[in-house]
Amino acid sequence: MTELTVPARAGGPAEEAGPMVRAEQVHKSFGSIEVLRGIDLEVRSGEVCCLLGPSGSGKSTFLRCINHLEKINAGRIWVDGDLIGYRERGGKLHEMREKDVAAQRRTIGMVFQRFNLFPHMTALQNVAEAPVLLGREKKAAARDRAAALLERVGLGDKLGNYPGQLSGGQQQRVAIARALAMQPKLMLFDEPTSALDPELVGEVLDVMKDLARDGMTMIVVTHEIGFAREVGDTLVFMDGGVVVESGVPREVIAKPRHDRTKAFLAKVL
Amino acid sequence: MRHPGRWVAVAVIGVLVAMFVHLLVTNKAFNWSYMVDEMFRPPIIEGLRGTIALLLTAMLIGIVLGLVIAIMRLSENPILRGVAWAYTWFFRAVPRLVLAILFGNLGILWARVEFGLPFDRQIGALFGVDDFEARLFGFSAVEILTGFVAGMLALGLSEAAYMAEIVRAGIQSVDEGQTEAAQALGLRRGHILRRIVLPQAMRVIVPPTGNETIAMLKDTSLVAFVPVSTELFFQLRAVGNRSFQVFPMLVAATVWYLLLTSVLLVGQYYLEKHFSKGVGRSARARTKLRGIAAESGGTTGKAGGA
Repeated sequence: MTELTVPARAGGPAEEAGPMVRAEQVHKSFGSIEVLRGIDLEVRSGEVCCLLGPSGSGKSTFLRCINHLEKINAGRIWVDGDLIGYRERGGKLHEMREKDVAAQRRTIGMVFQRFNLFPHMTALQNVAEAPVLLGREKKAAARDRAAALLERVGLGDKLGNYPGQLSGGQQQRVAIARALAMQPKLMLFDEPTSALDPELVGEVLDVMKDLARDGMTMIVVTHEIGFAREVGDTLVFMDGGVVVESGVPREVIAKPRHDRTKAFLAKVL
Repeated sequence: MRHPGRWVAVAVIGVLVAMFVHLLVTNKAFNWSYMVDEMFRPPIIEGLRGTIALLLTAMLIGIVLGLVIAIMRLSENPILRGVAWAYTWFFRAVPRLVLAILFGNLGILWARVEFGLPFDRQIGALFGVDDFEARLFGFSAVEILTGFVAGMLALGLSEAAYMAEIVRAGIQSVDEGQTEAAQALGLRRGHILRRIVLPQAMRVIVPPTGNETIAMLKDTSLVAFVPVSTELFFQLRAVGNRSFQVFPMLVAATVWYLLLTSVLLVGQYYLEKHFSKGVGRSARARTKLRGIAAESGGTTGKAGGA
């Protein structure tokens, strides 16, 4: 396996306090429907945080707020100390310009439920596109690194394939490689295995486990209780737009304190 | 015989075709040798060149301006959206024939067209300067806005309104997730449009643009009313009228337009093939089907009663 291109954490210089992600009283409404009603959350560097909850609980929406794909109505989110999407001046929040939002997003990778690969580009082009377009790397260097990343997710023999010629599991692994190509500090996974045939779920989870072992900070919206228990450092259970309870996955799953958590776990386990 | 219906159809069609060929060969009014002699003469070729030049320039204006208007129409800025809507509304409402004549007569409004500070005379008067003029350059409207340029503008500006709608439909056909994925990577709006959205929108944009090009080829004959004389149909009709051989020249026009359209169809086929890259076999089959449907029913009905 080629070496991973994420910033090394294990054994690195002692992390200076400050969480990788901090959310404070995040509110979000779509029209008159309030989807998030005051979310508080902290994710430390190198931690894997699994967001669990029934559909409509707001977990995907919250994830999309972290890289400003959704604008929040109230509250604040910081990633690695930077306030996301807004600039604070004289106690007032001003929305950032598109250019600055884009720059912030470059440090945050995202993987979608429906993969969203670019269908008119090969796997290799999908991965190499953004670094080249943003002038980070020369074309040849970006291609080499893209090939190494695809090799790493087990797709070294599919570089020239278009997304339409790949299985769902393979497409999702390309999508992970594409996000990693930007060398993010944080990875967001929005139900990465929900659109997959059951027999393809494992190959994607394996790549994610591998990534977690290498110290990547990850927030994962998932229904895979097994993954949360095995890989997650924290489990956050959401319902009705609020965090109902959170803690060490093994403990929350074995002894949920809240009735709503109990009811949900009873259904999915 | 397994398919008696087919054999009946073959017989009926065979008789009809034979009758048609018989008509073509025996009816003296076709005057084939005269037609073939005349249809390649220098003034006709000159007209052919004019028609092709009009087609290319008008489509170029139409596609470029149409793209700009489509992007304005989809912008978050309500002013740009309004302007784009008004443009499309105007140029789709007015028939091309009327536009052609209108543009041909714009010289009545202005003797000269000049570029510079707007309202310069009024601003000058405000500061007490008489006849203040701040103009960079200008040209005589009567010279420029007649003939070819007027025809080109009438056709091109009108085409832009239709192309804007086609491009807009194309952009909107691309899955929202594509833009989101590109945004999540930190790409900027311009990059996303150029590299991610438009290449995918092309699959939806190219087939109707082919139809538009073919419709435009035929609509170039409208500029005869501007009037423009270096144009294929005008020249063919002139020959016909002069020699009292009207019908052979009408047939010659039919043959020329058939030839030009066939060339365009070949170009369209290769363009569609290029932009279906990365899309599976079924999608390619759909593209082909759409092409066939367009060929059999592709009337645009916007020639404006020419």
